[in-house]
Amino acid sequence: MSWILPPSASTFASDIDFLYYVILWITGIAFVIVEVGLVVFIVKYRARPGRKAEYIQGSTKAEVIWTAIPAVTVVVIGLMSGGVWNDVKGRNSVPAGAIPYGVHAQQFEWQISYRGPDGQLGTGDDFTVRNQLHIPVNQPVVMRLTAEDVIHSLFIPAFRVKQDAMPGMTIDVWFEATQVGEFEIACAELCGIGHTTMGATVTVHTADDYQRWLADRVAAADR
Amino acid sequence: MAHPAMMHPPARREIGADVYNEKLGIWIFLGSEVMFFTALIGAYIIVRFGSPEFWALPNQILNVPVTAINTFLLICSSVTMVKAFASIQDGDQKKLQLYMVATVIIGAAFVGVQAYEYTTLVHEGFLPSGYAAGSHLAELAARGELPASVSVYGSSFYTMTGFHGFHVSMGVVCMVFVTWKAFKGKYTKEDHRGVEVIGLYWHFVDLVWIILFTIVYLV
Amino acid sequence: MATTALPLEKTTHATHEMSFVRKYIFSTDHKIIGIQFLLMSFVFLLFGGLMAMMMRWQLGFPDQPLPAGQLLPETMAPGGFLLPEFYNSLVTMHGTIMVFFAIMPLLVGVFGNFLIPLKIGAPDMAFPRLNMASFWIALTAGILIMAGFFVEGGAAGAGWTSYAPLSASPEWTGVVGGQQLWLVSLAVVGLASILGATNYITTVVNLRAPGMTWFRLPLSIWALFVTAILVLLAIPILSGAAIMLFFDQTIGTHFFDPTDGGQPLMWQHLFWYFGHPEVYILILPAMGFVSDIIANASRKPVFGYHSMVYALISIAFLGWIVWGHHMFMSGMNPTLGMAFMMSTMIIAVPSAIKVFNWMGTMWRGNIMFHVPMLHSVAFVSMFVIGGLSGVFMASPPVDIYFHDTYFIVAHLHYVLFGGSLFAIFGAVTFWYPKMFGKLMNPLLGKIHFWLTFVFYNLTFFPMHNLGVGGHMRRIYDPSQYEFLQPLAPLNTFITVSALLLFAAQIPFAVNFIMSWFNGEEAGENPWNDNGLEWIVPSPAPHGNFAEVPIVYRGPYEFSSPLVEEDFLPQTRKLDSDTEPAAASAAE
Repeated sequence: MSWILPPSASTFASDIDFLYYVILWITGIAFVIVEVGLVVFIVKYRARPGRKAEYIQGSTKAEVIWTAIPAVTVVVIGLMSGGVWNDVKGRNSVPAGAIPYGVHAQQFEWQISYRGPDGQLGTGDDFTVRNQLHIPVNQPVVMRLTAEDVIHSLFIPAFRVKQDAMPGMTIDVWFEATQVGEFEIACAELCGIGHTTMGATVTVHTADDYQRWLADRVAAADR
Repeated sequence: MAHPAMMHPPARREIGADVYNEKLGIWIFLGSEVMFFTALIGAYIIVRFGSPEFWALPNQILNVPVTAINTFLLICSSVTMVKAFASIQDGDQKKLQLYMVATVIIGAAFVGVQAYEYTTLVHEGFLPSGYAAGSHLAELAARGELPASVSVYGSSFYTMTGFHGFHVSMGVVCMVFVTWKAFKGKYTKEDHRGVEVIGLYWHFVDLVWIILFTIVYLV
Repeated sequence: MATTALPLEKTTHATHEMSFVRKYIFSTDHKIIGIQFLLMSFVFLLFGGLMAMMMRWQLGFPDQPLPAGQLLPETMAPGGFLLPEFYNSLVTMHGTIMVFFAIMPLLVGVFGNFLIPLKIGAPDMAFPRLNMASFWIALTAGILIMAGFFVEGGAAGAGWTSYAPLSASPEWTGVVGGQQLWLVSLAVVGLASILGATNYITTVVNLRAPGMTWFRLPLSIWALFVTAILVLLAIPILSGAAIMLFFDQTIGTHFFDPTDGGQPLMWQHLFWYFGHPEVYILILPAMGFVSDIIANASRKPVFGYHSMVYALISIAFLGWIVWGHHMFMSGMNPTLGMAFMMSTMIIAVPSAIKVFNWMGTMWRGNIMFHVPMLHSVAFVSMFVIGGLSGVFMASPPVDIYFHDTYFIVAHLHYVLFGGSLFAIFGAVTFWYPKMFGKLMNPLLGKIHFWLTFVFYNLTFFPMHNLGVGGHMRRIYDPSQYEFLQPLAPLNTFITVSALLLFAAQIPFAVNFIMSWFNGEEAGENPWNDNGLEWIVPSPAPHGNFAEVPIVYRGPYEFSSPLVEEDFLPQTRKLDSDTEPAAASAAE
């Protein structure tokens, strides 16, 4: 029964988590005010013999107050969200120099393509690994997300990344891992009978490890 | 306009929309129909702008002159419908019958021409899924004289015109019923709600066709 | 199923003799049609609930066969273990059945029919025969959709949102006829809804009794009226989309097929353009009923009646421009996402106004806790949770994490179950006397309420925490993922609570049936309410009013200083009242 988000491991995760906790506090306070208010009213104004309710039609002042306070609150939340959204998903948010990967979703696996020795994605020397994404730490990466058949959704909980893969579209998803280790990838959009099995892993390497892994792979592909 | 007092039992009511129930009802229902065609036309706009290369030019596949004549027919039927309504407003039963029969015939003719159009198009190889394999049109496409695929063009064309045709057919069925009642003398100068209600529906269907003809056949 | 004999008409003074079939089966009486919808919806509510239980079993006890699961055929659950494709069908059908065949007909079909003519002082709907047609069309659609379970390939399995291309071809789901039946059924039930909405709008506009001006309408009627407008304009969008998808499946069109010029994203736009107004269709009537009940129980006028009406209207209006918030992760232009975020945030404001006004209504009241009031207070407190959890998803960055997780499942059930269904239980109990002439047993009612309230919260509140843990919705086997394994005990806990929640509905069913036969006679006005429906005998007779009622005031004049009693019916003429213009004009 935890309200704490699981540990995160990407640069923008802390912004998203911060926003989550802000909303959690605001809604938590609103929740307590309303529910406590309800309970107090229930107890205090319960029917007792010989009492009559007060004939009150309403109050313009009260209406103005409880229109204005929620309005201001949601607009503030909106503005805060807008900034983070722009940084994470905005049209120009992908950092220059982010390493590109091809992520092709299909029933029920993720085909992940890496640049070959020519340093270009989408050329003949690319190599593809099923269900395994290897990336370097502290380095922006961008997934060129496509789908073969139906809609899938690339979900990496630890990085606070989620993006639908839409057939007929190529969608760029960027992030920057801040921790070395293995993290899970899940499919978040119902995609058929095997939806539940459509998992994969991200391995975040140190820069050196990553180069070594890449070199091994390229060598393996050459053989 | 008929006298509302003649149409209602004399129950007292809060002042409503100042039109009788059937007329208000058909206006409300047409609001729903507007949204239905909005969905179809909206989808057409999205796929057309999304995939313009799937569209043939007007006249390349569709027979615009025949449909233009058909459009003229449908407009004529709206005119006869207006005449029918005007006749019964004057209490002229004979003219009501005459114009209702004319509207039914012209409406049915529209459906007939559309059926002919569909048959010809299918025969030439234009289907809701695009070209029929091995058809005349598919050969033209293979030679580069037509777009390589017209799949979504076919989809939009048949869905939009088909649903319009369905609405016209339903209208004709209802008008046959109204005409039958007209021959039995059920409509009077004072109470002719059925004629007005089917008339409103018919003009709506006509209006939708003018929009469809423009966007499907002319642009 | 909806054709049992009703012990009605005991006190009827309408004397025309009608056959049993005309009176109770192919009836044009709005009250009988309302009751038919009630029985139909309860049956579908049971079906939907059973489907939920099967899903919960799979999530809570994946290693054990479903109790009595051996009764299911091999194609669904061999040896009592659910197959993933059957699980997908359950996910899909549970959602669809609950939305279109349980909650929507309960709110709109039952109470729209039963309450509108009675509360505005009309003898019946504007188009009684159309009304009858609308019920039979809806029932046909229900049978069609259930038939999906009995055809080759099973019932539809692409989610209640039926996203293309998954839903567009049997190649992707393995479902053949079920998907098509699903689409046909939705188009058919849509027709029923549109006919019903046309009827409701016409009736409210044209058939109000003299003196029943717009701002004397009860909020329940305002809510049903606004809802009818939403139904009228939103449902045809779904019909159009369903027809296109149906053609994609059957005659080879390519609307949603990306390989041949079509656009899958278009399905989502069409679906949610319908779907978000639909969300309000599923809650606005509940808000209306609750407003009526809270005022009655608090013995006070509704606080801020006018702002309640304007809030209803603005929710309905804003409901049309927020659909994109379901699609933040869909690949839609992110700038568009910002616009949808702002409109979505704004819609929280009228919702907050309603909550505070309900509290304002209770403030300084003299609150009676009859069973309808218990459910109404539960509605307010649960709707608050559902509304507040919505703020998380309205913020697109937070939605990145929560989209398609159990957080959404918790949110939508707080609105649809905690909100709508509690209001429905309240409303059924409140208007039961006018339907059947008997009161429901208050003790059984209270037992049902408390058990439901407790187990409801134990079932759905922890789902927020599943979502916080990242638990995706619609997955058959969460144990596949390491990060979800710590959540397994919570899943089991939820399943146990859900089973108890299901069992907690037994007292309600018993109460509903028993009271019908053995309930305490209700009398005309058991709740001392002001509405027009309470001046006619219980059950309300055919034709409703012996003579056209004349309305002198709004429906919430409780504890008025003008009279001794703590209620003042809308039709009671005080010395200071003048005849409404409509009444005198017609005379």
